[in-house]
Amino acid sequence: MRDRIIFILQLLFTLLVAAFLAVPAALSIAAGVTVNYFRGIQSGITLQWVAQVWELYAGTIMASILIALGTLAVTLVVGIPAAYALYVRGGRLARLVEEIITLPLAIPGLAIALALLLTYGGFGSFRRSWLFILAGHVIFTMPFMVRSVMAVFATIDVKSLDEGAASLGAAPWRRFIDVIVPNAAPGILAGSLMVVTLSLGEFNLTWMLHTPLTKTLPVGLADSYASMRLEVASAYTLIFFVMIIPLLVAMQWIGERGNLR
Amino acid sequence: MSTMTRHGAALKVENCGKTFADGTCALARATLDIAQSETLVLLGPSGCGKTTLLRIVAGLENPDAGGRVLFDGKDLTRQPIEKRNVGMVFQSYALFPNMTVADNIGYGLKIRGVKRAERAARVAELVVLTNLGGLEDRRIDQLSGGQRQRVALARAVAIRPSVLLLDEPLTALDAALRERLRGELNSLLRTLGITAIYVTHDQAEAMELGDRIVVMRKGAIAQIGTPREIYFTPADRFVAEFVGAANIIEAPIDGTHLVLPGGRQPIADSGPRNQAVAMVRPETIGIVEAPASGLTGVVDSVRFAGDRQRIIVRGAASIPLTVDAPNTIKVHAGERIGLSIEPNSIRLLPAEG
Ligand SMILES: Nc1ncnc2c1ncn2[C@@H]1O[C@H](COP(=O)(O)OP(=O)(O)OP(=O)(O)O)[C@@H](O)[C@H]1O
Ligand SMILES: [Mg+2]
Repeated sequence: MRDRIIFILQLLFTLLVAAFLAVPAALSIAAGVTVNYFRGIQSGITLQWVAQVWELYAGTIMASILIALGTLAVTLVVGIPAAYALYVRGGRLARLVEEIITLPLAIPGLAIALALLLTYGGFGSFRRSWLFILAGHVIFTMPFMVRSVMAVFATIDVKSLDEGAASLGAAPWRRFIDVIVPNAAPGILAGSLMVVTLSLGEFNLTWMLHTPLTKTLPVGLADSYASMRLEVASAYTLIFFVMIIPLLVAMQWIGERGNLR
Repeated sequence: MSTMTRHGAALKVENCGKTFADGTCALARATLDIAQSETLVLLGPSGCGKTTLLRIVAGLENPDAGGRVLFDGKDLTRQPIEKRNVGMVFQSYALFPNMTVADNIGYGLKIRGVKRAERAARVAELVVLTNLGGLEDRRIDQLSGGQRQRVALARAVAIRPSVLLLDEPLTALDAALRERLRGELNSLLRTLGITAIYVTHDQAEAMELGDRIVVMRKGAIAQIGTPREIYFTPADRFVAEFVGAANIIEAPIDGTHLVLPGGRQPIADSGPRNQAVAMVRPETIGIVEAPASGLTGVVDSVRFAGDRQRIIVRGAASIPLTVDAPNTIKVHAGERIGLSIEPNSIRLLPAEG
């Protein structure tokens, strides 16, 4: 009996917390498709705001997608071999490098942006190009890729696999392609989704680094909140949700499948 | 099959020691010669440096400066494992989960650029040899422990290595399977006639598989010899007790006899000593009617084990003696009996240092 009451209380509490988070999101999405938010939903449902957002901000949306994919490409090409080298090498130096790579996790995005500006702000064309924001995103997301790949390495005993392939005559690069990458696939996938999601939603660092010509979706979003009708800003949020939620669901799903194994 | 051909390289491990970065001295400088087609077993308790020595031969670990590893006289010390043409069976097997059984076995050949058809033929040959028929297309996680062990072996052998290195290949299996695979492994090694180094901490495995056994203790070689030499003439107390069961008796010597609480026991070789540490194997002690003179004791307990019985005898020596007697002898606890020991089967060991 007592267990039951505790269970019901826990359930209520959980639902309450979920509602606390979900209601604003739902309201915001609803606002994005109502004709006039102040008159409520009875004013009618429309896609005109979504269309308007698309017209005004299509550039930032495309930019966000391209930067997310670019960030993914760099973290894959650099992060996986780095994780491999760090894991197989081991030792004190490897641990130091790992700490340095992971450092951005603990540093506020603003501080990273400031450091980048101080260091490279003088290189005008780099400063003004997309590459500048890409660089920021790579620094910010790299630890997530390296960490999730190293986590999967730890579960598949990658050192033995590597030595096994080496004993059969495979050179390091060959072992990496034939054995390491295929067996680390779940970790690589999880890392990739995380990198893309984080890059799409990143605001602090991007806001500091952006120029009027290099704006990403979240920066545009802040912009629209400040200067547009509430409905437009909400429609913008709606588009962001549509992009990000499938990624989050996929991440959850992969995580669960990983736990089952 | 019956004509034994010799394969593989003759190996020389010269002055190889290993001190790890953290200061652990895992292996004192050791020198070993391994003849072509010989099976050498590294035997010792956990942590004695067996794997370390094997990994130095494999090229997975660098020996301390001054150490050299030679294959057929060629110095390969600086070569990494992928350039040494060794076949290695890891304790964890290290099979590739992303490949089928056939692809695992054929991987080394693929790396060597062997054509598809030729590769398939060689894989088929090994599948037969290691009794894996019908499992070629399975994934590794669909195999039993014993099957995995055989895939690991087939994969290592497929490349016709200079030397086959096996690190406790049977330890992960249950006792019955271990016994059966030990037999299979033995006949496979004889069939292949390949140079092999086999690491184990199981003395029964070492006895059955080894042409010679290297007994190791705390990073050093305690004794090298054939299984018979190791068993009958152990170099010291550690080897005597680690390999098989042994009664270690400390007693004064009077000329050609051990002076024991239960009587005087003649011995063959004593040298100029007057105090001895003597080893007697349990199966070399005979049980007789209590004699008028000679060694006697009192039966403490009898454990019947089917094919033989293990009898503990008190009062004969300073320690209770373990005797393995034929299963037909009838004695009971408390009975006074005589013990007959061939002088030749008593081995005097060096005093503890
Ligand atoms: N990478 C390493 N760094 C530091 N010490 C190590 C390392 N590898 C092994 N050792 C130490 O070296 C010693 C010998 O290890 P080794 O693995 O050779 O033992 P082993 O005889 O194979 O034991 P087991 O039967 O348990 O496998 C151990 O004390 C071990 O802790
Ligand atoms: Mg070991």
